[in-house]
Amino acid sequence: MSLAGELHDGLILTKRSLLRIPRVPETLMFATIQPIMFVVLFSYVFGGAVPLPGGASYREFLLPGVFVQTMSFATAATSVGLAEDMSKGLIDRFRSLPIARSAVLVGRTTADMLLNVFVLAVMAVCGVLVGWRIHTDVGHALLAFVLITLLAFTMSWIGALIGMSVRSPEVASTAGIVWLFPVTFVSNAFVPIGGMPGWLQTIANWNPVSTFVSAARELFGNPNPFGSGLPREHPVVLSFAWIVVLLGIFVPLAVRKYRIATSR
Amino acid sequence: MPDAIVAEDLVKTYGELRALDGLSLEVPEGTVLGLLGPNGAGKTTTVRVLTTLLRPDSGRVRVAGVDVLAEPAMVRPRIGLSGQYAAVDERLTGRENLVMFGRLYHLGRKESTARAAALLDRFGLGAAADRVVQTYSGGMRRRLDLAAALVTTPPVLFLDEPTTGLDPRARVDMWGVIEELVDGGTTLLLTTQYLEEADRLADSIAVVDHGRVIARGSSDELKDRIGGETLEVVVGEDHQLPDAVSALAAVGQGEPVVDAHARRVKVPVTTGVRALIEAVRRLDDAHASILDVALHRPTLDDVFLTLTGRPAQESAPAAGDTAGEDASPADEAQERTSA
Repeated sequence: MSLAGELHDGLILTKRSLLRIPRVPETLMFATIQPIMFVVLFSYVFGGAVPLPGGASYREFLLPGVFVQTMSFATAATSVGLAEDMSKGLIDRFRSLPIARSAVLVGRTTADMLLNVFVLAVMAVCGVLVGWRIHTDVGHALLAFVLITLLAFTMSWIGALIGMSVRSPEVASTAGIVWLFPVTFVSNAFVPIGGMPGWLQTIANWNPVSTFVSAARELFGNPNPFGSGLPREHPVVLSFAWIVVLLGIFVPLAVRKYRIATSR
Repeated sequence: MPDAIVAEDLVKTYGELRALDGLSLEVPEGTVLGLLGPNGAGKTTTVRVLTTLLRPDSGRVRVAGVDVLAEPAMVRPRIGLSGQYAAVDERLTGRENLVMFGRLYHLGRKESTARAAALLDRFGLGAAADRVVQTYSGGMRRRLDLAAALVTTPPVLFLDEPTTGLDPRARVDMWGVIEELVDGGTTLLLTTQYLEEADRLADSIAVVDHGRVIARGSSDELKDRIGGETLEVVVGEDHQLPDAVSALAAVGQGEPVVDAHARRVKVPVTTGVRALIEAVRRLDDAHASILDVALHRPTLDDVFLTLTGRPAQESAPAAGDTAGEDASPADEAQERTSA
């Protein structure tokens, strides 16, 4: 299968997933309500209780954290979508068609990424309303948004692998999310890691989520108080490296899973 | 005639379970093979192997002249598959589904749209074309699913239990659609739990049990093998039983079986309704009161009972075939003429 052929098939299936979005209005509703809730809850509930060095604004600190956390949770939507296709026999049908082996997954992850661009925009507007600001230039801000979007895309591939492994949409909705709570909370997303016990600080420092959050804070010019070593010095470069590594691992794994997937 | 589908000695095991246990079959081009068997016999597993979805542990498969195991990608453009569950996107409309499948078969945008419209009309879905599939009835979904398998008019078609779970009317509709298709020269492999369905649609039937083909032949050959139909009479008075026995002995094959308690007499017959009419005439001449007369067609259960010495339901379910296809085949395939 040529690259053009793969792209063509992937695009057709992206369109399929996009067509579904307005048909299930809940998708869009919950995809936007949850991040808005996080922005508002954390801003007003934790805002006063988390002191930042130099009296920096918690809301400015918080928003990149919410962006990265929400995009990490993109995993779940992809898991559920693929598990649903699997349980309804659609994956079997697709596998019997003369299409690229990657097409179904490319279609799903691309559509989910586009949905996440929209969610990200909603969050950014909401952030501006509660007092978050970008202090750098358009180029840096754009790079930050690209990085966060790519993160969502990468997490979708992990979700794809989970969805095809658990097969049932009910299990997928939990399995896609549950491991993300420790992964996103043991990081600098919501609180400075300086207040954590030493061993936890080490984990949080090297947690890729912290790296992505630091990169976003740096690119937006938001307060970015803690961390050490490579994640502290070069968060942007390290973030892109993480994306390459994670995609390099999970794209082949997910495609391999799809090739041998059996719905029942 | 060359064979469009050849499977030789397929074996697929899941742990201890031998889902396919040396299954072989061939389907000549342009003909219909009915793969008949109970839940878990290995029908779905066979279809999955033939359509590149599952690799067998051993065996050889050729479909449309292509070695399926060596070159699965070469087979896919030449086959259509419609499964037990309508595998279409429920959130899309019927038209959107068919256009998508057309595009995935690499038809152009215009061609896909035209093809979708033609198929929707042909399958009686024209009025519902722009409704979301979620609102379709079971029969409509199955028809759409079948249409999706026909977007490129593939030379070889696989239908896995196309009518399981449909109500009788939708089933008859579906049969009409499939018959039309077969008249067009498509090679078809059809799996079913219903002898009646295989009878009506298939040129040749292969009975599958425990992952192997245990009998093959035309519908008539199989029926002959299992003794054709059974004529059954219930009389009003005990003393009329001898009259019933002699009437049935005259029209049937062999010694009638008597259930004295129920005042019921049974005999296998080969002449169908003619035997029934003759028996009724004889009983009437003898002034016997008839409470019930019935002619039973052979059911899948009869086939199994005869071929394996045990009822079909006792076949252990195999992976690949699932629960959910559990409608009792006996009830549905049985045709009863009551007087």
